[in-house]
Amino acid sequence: MSNPDPRSVAFVRKTMLPPEPPPARASGAVLWLRENLFSGPLNILLTLIGLGILWLIFSTLWPWLSNSVWNAESMADCRKIIAAAHGPDASGACFAIIKHRWNQFVFGFYPSDLYWRPVLAFGTLFLALAPVLFADSPKARRIVTGLAVALTFVISAVLGATVVELGGMAILMLAWVYLIETRTGPVVLASLIYPFFAVWLLWGGTIWEPAMALAGFVLGFVVWRALSAYGMFAFAAAVVVAAFWWLALSDIVSRGIATVLPMRLAPVSSDQFGGFVLSITIGVSGIALSLPLGVILALARRSDLPIIKIMAVIFIEFIRGVPLITLLFVASLLLNYFLPPGTNFDIILRVIIMVTLFASAYMAEVIRGGLAALPKGQYEAADALGLDYWKAQRLIILPQALKISIPGIVSTFIGMFKDTTLVVFVGLFDPLKAMSDTIRASFEWKGAYWEPYIFVGSIFFILCFGMSRYSMYLERRLKRDHR
Amino acid sequence: MVDYPGAANPPFRLSMLIYDRRYRSLTIQAVVFILVMLFASWLIDNTLKNLAIMGKTLSFDFLFRRAGYDIPQQLIPYNSDDTHLRATTVGLLNTLQVAILGCISATIVGVIVGVLRLSSNWLIARLMTVYVEIFRNIPLLLWILVILAIFTEVMPAPNAYRGENPAASMIMFDMIAPTNRYTAVPSIGMSNPPGVIAIGREGISWAFIAYVTVLLLAYLGHRFLKERAQRIQDETGNRPTTWWIILAMYVLPVLFLTWYFGLHLIPPVLRGFNFAEGTNLDNAFVVLWLALTLYTGAFIAEIVRAGILAVSKGQSEAAFALGLRPRRTMRLVVLPQALRVIIPPLISQYLNLTKNSSLAIAVGFMDLRGTLGGTTLNQTGREMECMVLMMGIYLVLCLVISAGMNVFNNSVRLKER
Amino acid sequence: MKKSALFGSVTVFALAASGAMAAEGDTLKEVKARGVLNCGVNTGLVGFAAPDANGNWTGFDVAYCKALAAAVLGDATKVKYVPTTGQTRFTALSSGEIDVLARNSTWTFQRDTDLKLDFVGVNYYDGQGFMVRKDLGVSSAKELDGATICIQTGTTTELNLADYFKANNMTYQPVNIDSNAEGEQQYMAGACDAYTTDASGLAATRAAFADPENHIILPEIISKEPLGPAVRHGDNNWGDIARWTLFALVAAEEYGVTSANIDELSKSSQNPEVQRLLGTSDDLGKMMGLDAEWAKRAIKVQGNYGEIFAATIGEQTPIGLARGLNAQWTQGGLLYAIPFR
Repeated sequence: MSNPDPRSVAFVRKTMLPPEPPPARASGAVLWLRENLFSGPLNILLTLIGLGILWLIFSTLWPWLSNSVWNAESMADCRKIIAAAHGPDASGACFAIIKHRWNQFVFGFYPSDLYWRPVLAFGTLFLALAPVLFADSPKARRIVTGLAVALTFVISAVLGATVVELGGMAILMLAWVYLIETRTGPVVLASLIYPFFAVWLLWGGTIWEPAMALAGFVLGFVVWRALSAYGMFAFAAAVVVAAFWWLALSDIVSRGIATVLPMRLAPVSSDQFGGFVLSITIGVSGIALSLPLGVILALARRSDLPIIKIMAVIFIEFIRGVPLITLLFVASLLLNYFLPPGTNFDIILRVIIMVTLFASAYMAEVIRGGLAALPKGQYEAADALGLDYWKAQRLIILPQALKISIPGIVSTFIGMFKDTTLVVFVGLFDPLKAMSDTIRASFEWKGAYWEPYIFVGSIFFILCFGMSRYSMYLERRLKRDHR
Repeated sequence: MVDYPGAANPPFRLSMLIYDRRYRSLTIQAVVFILVMLFASWLIDNTLKNLAIMGKTLSFDFLFRRAGYDIPQQLIPYNSDDTHLRATTVGLLNTLQVAILGCISATIVGVIVGVLRLSSNWLIARLMTVYVEIFRNIPLLLWILVILAIFTEVMPAPNAYRGENPAASMIMFDMIAPTNRYTAVPSIGMSNPPGVIAIGREGISWAFIAYVTVLLLAYLGHRFLKERAQRIQDETGNRPTTWWIILAMYVLPVLFLTWYFGLHLIPPVLRGFNFAEGTNLDNAFVVLWLALTLYTGAFIAEIVRAGILAVSKGQSEAAFALGLRPRRTMRLVVLPQALRVIIPPLISQYLNLTKNSSLAIAVGFMDLRGTLGGTTLNQTGREMECMVLMMGIYLVLCLVISAGMNVFNNSVRLKER
Repeated sequence: MKKSALFGSVTVFALAASGAMAAEGDTLKEVKARGVLNCGVNTGLVGFAAPDANGNWTGFDVAYCKALAAAVLGDATKVKYVPTTGQTRFTALSSGEIDVLARNSTWTFQRDTDLKLDFVGVNYYDGQGFMVRKDLGVSSAKELDGATICIQTGTTTELNLADYFKANNMTYQPVNIDSNAEGEQQYMAGACDAYTTDASGLAATRAAFADPENHIILPEIISKEPLGPAVRHGDNNWGDIARWTLFALVAAEEYGVTSANIDELSKSSQNPEVQRLLGTSDDLGKMMGLDAEWAKRAIKVQGNYGEIFAATIGEQTPIGLARGLNAQWTQGGLLYAIPFR
């Protein structure tokens, strides 16, 4: 290219023109619409179909929702109010049933003056979990603990806890929060004690029973540490000592202390559990118990020891091969056959055991996937460092494998939590079917089908969606590689 | 364990059972094995004791006694005079029916939704996301109950179709009548039926056999033609057009058979309380099927989406660079790779669907649990036998499904050397 | 350490909750030791057994549980109601989860023998009936040929229905339901032409409708359904207690003992039968391992059979059942208490 002769060019611009805005069709909302909704014939068709679906949903639901009634004493009342306001043919939602009976959906038949106990148990659950869940994000942790404390306190106050109870709650929770913020070591201990505390809160009775059960673990741990020089013996001895304590001594000791210092809460029996208190109790205990069990099963399935491996495979494949409903029926119909004659224990507990076993088999498969995905070099490196099996697992293998498996683990949790609704088929009062049926059986609320489903469904959605969002958050945080 | 030359094997001592890694694994296994066996024998001992106390004996004789109850939907002839065993078979077939149909329809829904979620259309992608999240985060039981409520509360009663001015009218050219009890669909009739071969109490129509044979032959012809086209393409570079021959191979014989047997649809007609002539699909079945489809479909959609996203963009760009058209790119490059990611989780979704079909209990659909684990268990009081049998059947079912799918999985897996 | 801690809490739970351990075969001792009577009831059938908004159970069957608890433990509130479904009820009993089953269960040969139950008596003579909408224009069960019928699975009614239609050479389309609530829903929506269950249950269900006048219960009663409490086979003493508590309630009505006059009668009654019943003269309770006033306490809870009936399912209640067969034998009914002697 040669420079053009300046004389042969009629006009040369010497100044820069200011940039013109793009044409209207290629910018702003119009561009967005063109690109995202109307970019071609197929897309236009899809958009129209989508709009049609939206319109269909909106036009069927909106009149029903907009006519909804929140204050009424019965279904008939509701219909009267709607007919009076919107004409005789109008249909509308009667959310008055939720307003009237929300306590049964949430607490089942739990005594109403003790509602603060499940609330406190649920609130402190977050305190117990916060140091674990938000280990490396103090900001998120503070938000969660702050919300948990404030909400627990406010809700309990609204639900009519007495001043003494509120005071006790405030002291306990603030002390715990202080512990979380200042001592990261001891707070894990508090989290470990939490299950026993929650059992005591929910079921009531004397504190010494769960305390003595906890003492068994402490005893076992002490024995194990004291004898740790003896390797395997130490563990066996710890198990034997703890078992002996639970079977022979703990009952007597707890009764003994209880006569001196009762520390009793009003007992609540299992048949008073229902609604979301039941679902969450089963769900949380199932989650807490199935994770460690799943880890053990996964390690057993990948073990070099053939007998242990075979047993793990049989167990996992058996549990995964049958529907949960049959396992629940086993819990309610057959478990008593398998136990010594005359033994009989709580149906909620039986259900928890079955749900735990069920979830742990799935958990084992998820974790096994994580273990398999770990590069072989990690195992070899652990061996090269001279770590023994358990140390290698604890320090090197499991932390990484669990990290890889987080999405799977959380979706197993979600699945299990959703499955807690199946307990209705063994006669427990789950919020979805049994509670709705019970409420509908009363004369006032006959014929209320949609409202309870919407209410219960939304709560399940919030809890499960929350869990899945948390798992995504965790995945992002733990993603240290591939940046 | 490496044996160094010269290092003499120390003589065996008892303590080596614990301290020597060679023997320790044996010790651990022996101890665990003994403990598990002790536990198992304890359970069995308890069971026997309990049975003795109740004066019951384990026996499967009840399976051959008269069942005495009716089953609404049955694939093989059954009435209340048949045995419990036959009732169980009817239930098992019902389970299989809903599981197989559910797997097929859930896959269709899942693939469509999974692809649409990746669509560039903002509205559709959001709608599909909402669908997936809502169905994945709410218990299946709720969906079953909601769909059941929709069917019983919103659909008209058969009565509404009656009279001069019916309140409801049949859809699809007066062929299908959805009611709050069942969906009445046309049944298939033949004006020139070819007779039936009887196998026990079941009959298989010759017409059915004829159709299957014709379709099988057409498939073989299809394969042959395809191979031939491939050969010609390899030799000459030109692929002969075959699609119309293949289409004709499938369609013409079927049309001929249909004409020969005089196949036609018999629309349902309201008679007495209910629709007759046609086939009435029990709502319990339809509800369960629909709920399983939508619920599992949401999970499959996620799997499909993840599978497609897992194929890196470079793959399709490379295919375009080679001059492949989008359709062939999809079929030859993207899909085979995506399938590898999709199949394993898909298997477990199929298993979940099969197991979830036991939620038929919520709609009263008589599946395996409804017959063997429900009414039979109740009428005979043989909970131990019934439960063991039922769990065994489910276990076998799941193992068969996963074995079958694993074979398929191996066929699409990356062949590693 | 955390995982072993969590793992172990299974054991802890088991130990903490395994309260009820006792020698088999002695239910009385077990109940007394536990201090609570475990009573199996329906999951929710208004009038017979249903929890109210606060979880308090009320109903005809519940009243029997209370009377039994009062007789055995001296306190009618010491009852744990275990809701059982049609599926789980008998197993709950035979596995020892409940001490007595009061869940409108039909006494049949097979249940008494093969299922190893002991029915202690009949507290309600019932029969299976059909309910239809009035506008269906049906006045007899014989006209139900081809109808769709809602039926609860796992009950004797399921078998009766099959037998009845077979015997009358008719066909029907069953719609299986799992609970009464579901049956109501399906029937109300018109998903079935007829709903069949025990006539008492039909009456209770109809009473709860917004428009009971639009539904009729057909005259045919197609089966005998003697409903009664049941206990485990093999513990005869416990069976006696359950049986005679029931008879005490029935006998009390026969002799005119009510919750209002029972204190007065126990002091002043000259009727030797009443004296024996209320433990004023002979100590009958001792023969069953109870004290003398067991029957008095049982009757005092909610009154005699007639009072219980009237308060829970009688004509003054929304259920509105007439006494019919369940009147005293002196009134032309079938209730006939065995002599207290």
